[in-house]
Amino acid sequence: MRYEKPSTAQEATNLLATEPGIARVLSGGTDVLVQIKAGMIEPDLIVDIKNLDRIRDITPEQGGFRIGAAVSGATLGEHAGVTALWPGVVEAFELIGSTQVQGRATMAGNLCNGSPAADSVPAMVAANAIARIAGPDGARNCPVQDIPVSPGRTALAKGEFITSIFLPARPERAADAYLRFTPRTEMDIAVASAAVSLELDADGTCTSARIALGAIAPTVVLVDAASICIIGTKLDATSLEAMSEACSAACNPIDDKRGTVEFRTRIVGVLAKRAALIAYKRAGGRA
Amino acid sequence: MKNLHISTTVNGDQTEFVCAPDETLLDVLRNRLGLTGAKEGCGTGDCGACSVTLNGRLVCACLVLGAEADGAEIGTVEGLATGDHLHPLQSNFIEHAALQCGVCTPGILVAAKALLEKNPNPTDTEIRYWLAGNLCRCTGYDKIIKAVQIAAAEMRNA
Repeated sequence: MRYEKPSTAQEATNLLATEPGIARVLSGGTDVLVQIKAGMIEPDLIVDIKNLDRIRDITPEQGGFRIGAAVSGATLGEHAGVTALWPGVVEAFELIGSTQVQGRATMAGNLCNGSPAADSVPAMVAANAIARIAGPDGARNCPVQDIPVSPGRTALAKGEFITSIFLPARPERAADAYLRFTPRTEMDIAVASAAVSLELDADGTCTSARIALGAIAPTVVLVDAASICIIGTKLDATSLEAMSEACSAACNPIDDKRGTVEFRTRIVGVLAKRAALIAYKRAGGRA
Repeated sequence: MKNLHISTTVNGDQTEFVCAPDETLLDVLRNRLGLTGAKEGCGTGDCGACSVTLNGRLVCACLVLGAEADGAEIGTVEGLATGDHLHPLQSNFIEHAALQCGVCTPGILVAAKALLEKNPNPTDTEIRYWLAGNLCRCTGYDKIIKAVQIAAAEMRNA
């Protein structure tokens, strides 16, 4: 195995694109080093991207924030601006792993690891986050929701890697929330999860909603059919119930030791409902 | 496999070592630098026995490559005491029997120190969540939480 620590994205891309064997990007290492240890992968090349310009920075941009691909959960959670603008994204990411894992893990890594149960991914999708990707043909932007294609697989081509994730600006009366179900309160993986991002008008009517579900299908699912149920409402019980049912209907889960198909299908609707109420309250609605 | 020459700082001391590209910081600390405080429990970031600080952040040394230590500042349990004078966390862990076999102890001490630097007056719940990634299989957590609280109080009054 070779270890390289390039200082430009171009150099990193060249290394990744020209490696004939298995190449892996290293940022926080909390997935890739575990996979190496477990013998799941034997990379020929590790490209540590932490030397790239701005890769560890959180930068205000057009009313939103650009989160560098090497920003750890600990750094993200300490950032007052991001926490105020996108509380659901921050709370989702902070649920991952231990304090030690938070010291290293990154949102870009959580996304690229490709787990259907990745906590920050539904929250980023609900936030309509955009990944900035470096590659052999230069930089491109891609919505986070289009990155995962199946468990462990992403839409990134050979030589490509994420350099940052952009969380956009939002109107004043807007907020998001993320909830997951785990048997324990800490150090566990989501059995099902829901992220809800809402925008309200002055009288508390929901004008825009994005609802993304995790761990209930091979990839994160953005459920427009659920959003429609609460847009134009003040999240009354009937609308929430319809939204919850639309979420359950969007499920395509597996049975495994952590949860059955039936349980996941039912619980994800409950989580979406509760997350919607938290987001609604945070956005300034009364509910 | 080409070895790498790494310059780093460990517990305030400038240190250099040579390591393989796939060697973890934990293996470097234990096998090349003789700092055997950090332990390998699981090797996959689940148990926290290898907790160290990397540029001030609490991390599992088993999930860091030795190569990543280049230019960084590492803190290990060996840096807690000042000469023969134990850190309040260390003396209170002994005084209040917050350890038995001791394998988890160095990691818990490093993790607890990082907590108290960020939050000098934590609640029991805050301590439990902060230490959720540090597993103990013998003493049980009650004595650990109590020892951290007593040390925290002592440090606040120091």
